[in-house]
Amino acid sequence: MRTRSLAAEAAPMSRDALEALATRAIKLSHADGAQVDVRSGVSGNTRFAVNELSTAGDVSDATISVTSAFGPKRASVSTNDLSDEGVRTVVSQSEQLAKLAPDDPEAMPAFGPQQYQTIEAYFESTARVSAKERAEAALTALEPARAARGIGLMAAGFVVTGESASVTANKAGLSAFFRSTSANYTLTVRTADGTGSGWAAADDHDWTKLDPKAVAERAIEKAQRSRNPIRLEPGRYTVILEPQAVGDLVQLVQGELDARSADEGRSAFVRASGGSKVGETIADSRVTLFSDPADPQLRSAPYDGEGFPVGRQVWIENGVLRELSYSRFWAKKQGKEYKGQSGSLKLIGGPTSRQEMIKSTERGVLVTRLWYLREVDPRTILYTGLTRDGTFLIEHGEITKSIRNFRFNDSPLFLLNNLDALGPVERLAGTEGSGDVAMPILKARDFDFTSLSDAV
Amino acid sequence: MTDRRDFLKQSAAMAALVAMRDPRIPPWMHTAVGSVSLSAPPASVAVIGEPAAIRELLATAVHAATSAGAAYADVRIQRLRGNNVFTREHQILGVGDSDTIGCGVRALVDGTWGFGASRDLTADGVAAAARQAVATARASRVARGTPVQLAPTPSHPDATWSSAFSTDPWTIPLEQQVDLLMRANAAALTAKNVQFVTSGLFFVKEERHYASTEGSTITQTLIRSAPFMAITAVAADRSDFQTRTNVVPPMGRGWEYVLEQDLVGHAAKWGEEAAEKLTATSVTDGRYDLVLHPSNLWLTIHESIGHPTELDRALGYEANYAGTSFVAPPEKVLGQLRYGPDSMNIQGDRSQVGALSTIGYDDDGVQPEDFLIIKNGIFSDYQTTREQANWLKWWYDRQGRAIRSHGCSYAQDWESVQFQRMPNVSLLPGTADHTWDDLIAATDRGIAIIGDGSYSIDQQRYNAQFGGQLCYEIRGGKLGGMLKDVAYQIRTPEFWNSMTMIGGKGSYLLHGTFSDGKGQPSQSNAVSHGAVPARFTQVNVINTGRKL
Repeated sequence: MRTRSLAAEAAPMSRDALEALATRAIKLSHADGAQVDVRSGVSGNTRFAVNELSTAGDVSDATISVTSAFGPKRASVSTNDLSDEGVRTVVSQSEQLAKLAPDDPEAMPAFGPQQYQTIEAYFESTARVSAKERAEAALTALEPARAARGIGLMAAGFVVTGESASVTANKAGLSAFFRSTSANYTLTVRTADGTGSGWAAADDHDWTKLDPKAVAERAIEKAQRSRNPIRLEPGRYTVILEPQAVGDLVQLVQGELDARSADEGRSAFVRASGGSKVGETIADSRVTLFSDPADPQLRSAPYDGEGFPVGRQVWIENGVLRELSYSRFWAKKQGKEYKGQSGSLKLIGGPTSRQEMIKSTERGVLVTRLWYLREVDPRTILYTGLTRDGTFLIEHGEITKSIRNFRFNDSPLFLLNNLDALGPVERLAGTEGSGDVAMPILKARDFDFTSLSDAV
Repeated sequence: MTDRRDFLKQSAAMAALVAMRDPRIPPWMHTAVGSVSLSAPPASVAVIGEPAAIRELLATAVHAATSAGAAYADVRIQRLRGNNVFTREHQILGVGDSDTIGCGVRALVDGTWGFGASRDLTADGVAAAARQAVATARASRVARGTPVQLAPTPSHPDATWSSAFSTDPWTIPLEQQVDLLMRANAAALTAKNVQFVTSGLFFVKEERHYASTEGSTITQTLIRSAPFMAITAVAADRSDFQTRTNVVPPMGRGWEYVLEQDLVGHAAKWGEEAAEKLTATSVTDGRYDLVLHPSNLWLTIHESIGHPTELDRALGYEANYAGTSFVAPPEKVLGQLRYGPDSMNIQGDRSQVGALSTIGYDDDGVQPEDFLIIKNGIFSDYQTTREQANWLKWWYDRQGRAIRSHGCSYAQDWESVQFQRMPNVSLLPGTADHTWDDLIAATDRGIAIIGDGSYSIDQQRYNAQFGGQLCYEIRGGKLGGMLKDVAYQIRTPEFWNSMTMIGGKGSYLLHGTFSDGKGQPSQSNAVSHGAVPARFTQVNVINTGRKL
């Protein structure tokens, strides 16, 4: 049953309406060039904690952004006032600002019309989800948590669904349209004595692919199993990182793949003799990391912020750094092909199951997810952060004990060098980072846990 | 900590910056709203509407919510403007302005919250948002636990407030802003080995209109300003690069604040500091006495005191995202937990002039009050909203105090629901008038740290690790050479209890953040932390340098 009542905006604007707005703005433009982005979206969320619902909301919005260019002068202005007057204002304001802006010596001309691949990221099943269905999904965790016997359970979670549609168009005739839906569920179950905590999650463009009950079962199992953790000495351990933990760390490589930074001598991919490490082996030979909007586990927009088509880009292939990401200006200056700015990220998996990884481990640490990752040193992509919500000791091929969380100081580059095994790939729900990301469970040696945390 | 579903809030300008994926763009900018300046703002977008028209829309929404069955409702019509200019070396990188206006309605039905929001600022539009809030509350009733109750607060039928700015940044011509940044960049580039500099000016302006079923009608205007510079020196043999950033704090003030910071006058020195890091001594792991400057200590206060004393965290309401707190359960810590020495007094407030969380009325319609979170080293109160204040009835009864919210309710914009956010949380000066130099002189062997660097803390706020911008050896009461690869690791209670000396009134400074994340969907707020310099005994320091 649909319970939305924002009659005027119960769904994002149609493609026709978005394109009509973009066309109107472009017609109003007096600049040499103009790019118009119109985005429209609705989203609904339900939040619960301490075994009860805390907040729920349904929100809709739409924005128009105009970037005007006079030769090498540019400025962007956005507003969510889509009235005729609002559109006129946003166009004239961006022109006024652009004229005042200094020349940008790196300004590049707009792209003309482009061809895009079709990405199916919109699911009617997700668009139809109501506040009541979100509450019912929450109940699959709340009911067993409330009913738990013995040591009680406390459930806290977040269900959010949304749909969005956007058009990017410019004065040179380019026009791109993409619409998508998203459904995301994260759940933390803590034991009432405060000594155990388990996290599980699911994410898909298609709501029907989420299984809230299975998420609840995983989180509850982890919470109960993680009670009364023991202290383990910090140090270097063999680790089995579940997919979210892999993503928390490996996603951080994406932001460092900038070609210009390497060429300028300020990146982890600097080659001492000049240039970058492209072509050099930087990871284990089983490591292949890529972006691809068409990958069924990713399904991201087939074009970037300027409407340029993005395809598959392989950053690391069989352990070799294959390419870095170029801005348009830097690609031109360095004589490289511009391939767009990719948003998605996937690390290919391997044949080893989670159970096989555990079974083959004499002594190691199983990690559910990582938290509060912050860069410590960009020279090595060294990050610090902590394990969270389900950290276990593996001994002689079995999970034997719950252990206190650790702080680590390590780099995804070290992790991908110390690789032992790769397993099945999952689409991630995200913790701090987010986006269309898919990662495998993996096993690696010598992960650097530097101190203990008392946090549960 | 942005969430992908924040897309509605990302301005085009900010999206462009993020799209550049420049690792030197500080993370907070990824959540900040974009912002640049016009010679003169076009008249047509100067205000949301006439005051009388806004009052009418507020009343319409309040009425629609009560007609639909809300026992309580509040309505916020808000405008959030962002303005930025961003440069590198001798050129412009981006100029942008963003503007978002709409109406958010929060309704309480049968003890259950519902929230609805729309950008449609017509009578029909705001009424629909109100009915949506009521419908969402009804649909969510099935998962309700204890009914929500709000602590009483006086109503404010016709209140207005404005933050402390003397010059609205939107009145400053773009040319003037760009000129300032270009001159600062040029000065930074005069230092040896300095090859790169990025800089920017970020401004936010909020116009907030609030009304509730209890009769309050409040109008407020806030301006926040964040000048930014990151200066990078590269070793001639490409073996090292080092950056000096976070040079001046963001503040809840206007263009006059930017001028006072004198970026042009200081940039060469900041550049030299970046270059000096290339040849600094890599620190030896071990335990050191640390003398922390307010520009470093503010972030440690934020993470290890500000967040764990949020009542919703302590009770488990943020367990699925930001985390819980070691300062719990309330009945075991209030009046009992020794956080630090007797000299430690931590104030929560939304009143310090120019501080980022300072405001006249919160998003519950409450006039905030100053309160002590830690008094003489003992934990004595949490940050609260109207919903939360009732949860501490036993504590306030025992103290003979009325049950009253501390006024910590905040929503980042019209399309986000309000919840408990951090007030300014500050370490108050000691009784003796010690200065930064006095603290150094009284320390035999240690490290002095200026400016905030890397930061990370666990979900209960025990184990934290902090870096800095400038680290110097202290030997025999004197500052020695520069150190690099320094990070200090703490366990919160031990760290604060190791504080042995603090600065006096004259050494008190405000620093802060433009964007602090909490909640689901994640919301961003801005908050300041006042601090005096302080000395901590025998803190664990690690070396973070590695080789690829």
